[in-house]
Amino acid sequence: MDTKVSLCGLTLDNPLIPASGTFGYGYEYSDFYDINILGSLSIKGTTLNDRYGNEGIRVAETASGMLNSVGLQNHGVDYVIEKEFPRMREVFKKPAVANISGFSVEEYVAVAEKFDACDEIGILEINVSCPNVHSGGIAFGTDPSAAATVTEAVKKAVKKPVVMKLSPNVTDIAAIAKACENAGADGICLINTLKGVRIDMNRRRPLLGNVTGGLSGPAVFPVALAMIWSVYKTCSIPIIGCGGVTTASDVIEMMMAGATAVEVGAANLVNPAACKDIIEALPSVMKKYKIDRLSDIIGAAHREDK
Amino acid sequence: MKRIDNFTVKSVEKLTSDIYKTLLSGDTSAVTAPGQFVNIAVDGFYLRRPISVCDVEGDELTVVYRTVGGGTERLSNYLPGDTVSVVSGLGNGFNTERNISSPLLIGGGVGVPPLVLLAKALYKKGLRPKALLGFRNASDVILTDELGKYCDVYVATEDGSFGHKGFVTGLLGEAGGDYIYACGPEPMLKAILSASELPAELSFESRMACGMGACLTCTCHTTSGARRICSDGPVFEREDIIWTQR
Ligand SMILES: Cc1cc2nc3c(=O)[nH]c(=O)nc-3n(C[C@H](O)[C@H](O)[C@H](O)COP(=O)(O)OP(=O)(O)OC[C@H]3O[C@@H](n4cnc5c(N)ncnc54)[C@H](O)[C@@H]3O)c2cc1C
Ligand SMILES: Cc1cc2nc3c(=O)[nH]c(=O)nc-3n(C[C@H](O)[C@H](O)[C@H](O)COP(=O)(O)O)c2cc1C
Ligand code: FES
Repeated sequence: MDTKVSLCGLTLDNPLIPASGTFGYGYEYSDFYDINILGSLSIKGTTLNDRYGNEGIRVAETASGMLNSVGLQNHGVDYVIEKEFPRMREVFKKPAVANISGFSVEEYVAVAEKFDACDEIGILEINVSCPNVHSGGIAFGTDPSAAATVTEAVKKAVKKPVVMKLSPNVTDIAAIAKACENAGADGICLINTLKGVRIDMNRRRPLLGNVTGGLSGPAVFPVALAMIWSVYKTCSIPIIGCGGVTTASDVIEMMMAGATAVEVGAANLVNPAACKDIIEALPSVMKKYKIDRLSDIIGAAHREDK
Repeated sequence: MKRIDNFTVKSVEKLTSDIYKTLLSGDTSAVTAPGQFVNIAVDGFYLRRPISVCDVEGDELTVVYRTVGGGTERLSNYLPGDTVSVVSGLGNGFNTERNISSPLLIGGGVGVPPLVLLAKALYKKGLRPKALLGFRNASDVILTDELGKYCDVYVATEDGSFGHKGFVTGLLGEAGGDYIYACGPEPMLKAILSASELPAELSFESRMACGMGACLTCTCHTTSGARRICSDGPVFEREDIIWTQR
């Protein structure tokens, strides 16, 4: 059985990629399994400078999921390359995905250029979709022409493939994906988290310090599938599917909807061995659905309509 | 080294109207220091629940917790023989390798449980700690017998229905001691530091998702920058602490 997929010129041993912000730089998970079994991994969203992120409570439980409002806490790109990459390299030998955030086009470009020069990185994932920082990130992901501007500027500055990570908090995600494709994007990653709120009824105040947070986990899986479905119809560049994936059968369902690779986020937080469990279960689920080569099923559910 | 394992529920004992003690059996090898915690998956709830390790003996691990919401309520309803998934070996824990002779162990409410394993560890090193415990009232008092095996135990209750009347800080004056280990609600921790100049390490709480350092949802400010309560803590030295509204 063949679980390999090819993504933006890279061959992945399997389509599994832990999602940005849920896997640190990999080494937190190496107590639980050899993380070299992963297809790749996406590092925590990185900005040009050090950020604390949001104040106050940053996580709330929901039915079948969670809200987070971390707000892009990271030490800035130079620290990540100098301090985190050597630690990541000790436990992960494959090319990783660099998740990049910014508050201006110039910042996206500056961070992307630095990661472009790193051997540790195979793909640049441009996050124009973080719902947890005001004024930044998502502002570029909610408007097709702004998303295209970021795509074009980054593409011009780098050699590595550029994947645009999009927000589901928009009216027409396919239009934004198409604008990114036209501006030269090599792939689309979707979805980031959905905006949500919880109230602390004792305090009669929003539970999260930031008021709103991003919903992820099994609750968002069908939303992610719907968006992958519509972007697959509109674009021809590969899609990294993300949102609510918990099992090997979710991976296959997401691929049938149009994903070439699949990111797993919140599941890692509640089961540190989630990706290992999924990778180990893939062959038996492939057998169940009579799949010999995983890459054969990408977009399979579109057969009649495309 | 952190681990994820299935543990078997051995017993569930009701200690007070809303505090339970659950004995679990499984691979406890990841628990290496008192003050560490486990992250327990509870049926029907998406996130795990972080609970301090109260005691470890061979393959048996004890947790003591108050039922404050659905997750801890559900945990208290497990029956002997049931299986729970436990992530263990989490947090830095208390440092018992210090050159001290008269440690004070200060706990409030469900901050008391981790002091049991701490007291045991210090006792094994030949020390006789003093435990200063604060509770709301007499019916809330827990774990004094367990701690009594390793410590001299002093209790304060807010209404005076057991021991000293008032807050646990009221016991500090006469206790002496040369080092403070504390776990409890933040106002209590804050009061301890105002009442005493002794060197101290304090255990903090935060809402958590992963409990193992990956998600950055438990971050707090410290004098050395942003730190994760789950993995850089939950225990911080008094010099590290910056009090903020959380
Ligand atoms: C390191 C650590 C050790 C702990 N040790 C103990 C212990 O030994 N005994 C004990 O009784 N309690 C302990 N707690 C608190 C315990 O985690 C919460 O009481 C519990 O998670 C509440 O879950 P619930 O579903 O009953 O409540 P709900 O309020 O319904 O929970 C909703 C969400 O909020 C989280 N949450 C609510 N209160 C707290 C809290 N105080 N701290 C962290 N998360 C919270 C829950 O985990 C859950 O994600 C500890 C917390 C931490 C961080
Ligand atoms: C705690 C947490 C932190 C996250 N941080 C980032 C981030 O820094 N950059 C990013 O692009 N996405 C971030 N995400 C979004 C995830 O990468 C993913 O897109 C989303 O959670 C949906 O997938 P899931 O349902 O599998 O979690 C974060 C998600 C969580 C839960
Ligand atoms: S709870 Fe995830 S980093 Fe602390």
